[in-house]
Amino acid sequence: MIRVVDLHKSFGRQHVLRGVNLELEAGQITTIIGGSGSGKTVLLKHLNALLVPDRGNVFVGDRDITKLSQSALNEVRRKFGVLFQGAALLDSMTIYDNVAFPLRETTRLKEPEIEKKVNESLAQVGLAGAGYKFPAEVSGGMKKRAGLARALVIRPEIMLFDEPTTGLDPLLGKSIHQLIRKMHATYSFTGVIVSHDIPEVFEISDRIAMLADGVIIEAGTTEEFLASQNPVVKQFIHGETEGPIAVL
Amino acid sequence: MPSFFGQIGRYAIQNTAGMGRTFLFLLSAFAWAFRPPARFRLIVHHVRTIGVESLSVVILSGVFTGMVMGLQGYYSLRKFNAENFLGSAVALGILRELGPVLSAFMVTGRTGSAMAAELASMKVSEQIDALYSMAVNPIQYLVTPRIIAGLISMPLLTAIFDVVAIYGAYVVGVQLLGVSSGSYFSGMELSVVFKDVLSGFLKSVSFGLIITWICCYKGFNAPPMATGVGQATTESVVLCFVMILVWNYFMTSVML
Repeated sequence: MIRVVDLHKSFGRQHVLRGVNLELEAGQITTIIGGSGSGKTVLLKHLNALLVPDRGNVFVGDRDITKLSQSALNEVRRKFGVLFQGAALLDSMTIYDNVAFPLRETTRLKEPEIEKKVNESLAQVGLAGAGYKFPAEVSGGMKKRAGLARALVIRPEIMLFDEPTTGLDPLLGKSIHQLIRKMHATYSFTGVIVSHDIPEVFEISDRIAMLADGVIIEAGTTEEFLASQNPVVKQFIHGETEGPIAVL
Repeated sequence: MPSFFGQIGRYAIQNTAGMGRTFLFLLSAFAWAFRPPARFRLIVHHVRTIGVESLSVVILSGVFTGMVMGLQGYYSLRKFNAENFLGSAVALGILRELGPVLSAFMVTGRTGSAMAAELASMKVSEQIDALYSMAVNPIQYLVTPRIIAGLISMPLLTAIFDVVAIYGAYVVGVQLLGVSSGSYFSGMELSVVFKDVLSGFLKSVSFGLIITWICCYKGFNAPPMATGVGQATTESVVLCFVMILVWNYFMTSVML
């Protein structure tokens, strides 16, 4: 479904991605883990061309999105839904209007149909009746759920989640994970999660990949990954301070 | 460690590239104005925020600017027994220079800074990335309507400033200091020609472009950190003030 080939990205003198190769299977949830500042979000933002690589390719289906025109790229982007780290709701609009926004902008649906879809999406994420509130008036967990409703309302083929539980307490974090699993079961999207919420995120992942030193050092099914003998992977998933990863 | 000339070269390249990006940003905003969907509602919304919401501060500054001009003009002209020229002196000064420049300053302070802060905050909180990811072009959605609204609002605000300032000077010069009402308005009628009004109009349109362009560019390219919002706001206001004064000199020298 998505194939990343020899991806390089630098910011100034900082070479963040140093040749990432990764295949993301259709219909499965793949979680990318890695230490803080390892480039997980940078990698995620290349998957729908929010960032342009210095070198390398990103194939969505059989199209290399690093070489597309703006209009062709917009067509590809319509296949994606993104849940940003801080939800990235448009703060001048109510939650209802935020969820309706992609439908109003990218479809020709009439307002009554939009209303039906928005209310359905809000109900699915447990926000029925909260649509009139502005993003500044709701909690972090509600923002994430509203962001999820906005991403899912267009029924995307691919969902990108950028640290979906960051800033939430463990219970809210778990509820967001359950919601992602439930939505995946309903819509069967291809999911990519960037997270360091370990081990909780393993429960909702079909596959795991670990990013370290700008490359994918291990990738496989969740079972294969947990059985990995790679010392870097073992240290990271067990949260040990002693090992090949320099903690301080 | 780069040499002295190396540092100068790097500085020159960075600034030239920055200017290039700024012009490309403006070209892109204009190009998106001619591509569907039309954003009439957003344009009307921004005419309200740039125009209607700046009205009170523009009127207030216009009244007092006119009153000061009436007062200073009267005492200066009286030295030459030329009080009857007060109307023409006030009208020419306000229509050609003070009206466009001062109303542009007011709009920069009142709306330009808020515009830069809002866009910078959207950048920092990934709202602009969210627009890209929803296949909505942020320049078309956020920048083009603001620039069009600036082009519409600034001449209207300047016209209001001009009228209010001329009546402010009238109140001081005629009502308080005793200049004859007839000579105030007839002097104005005799000395002001269409070119003076056109000059003020063209200046105000160009200031509307400068304010919205600079403030949108600075907001849109704010550094993605907490201090980015403040930095974008400060830089946009300072740059607008400087650009308004520099551009005003060029316009004046060309249109005299």
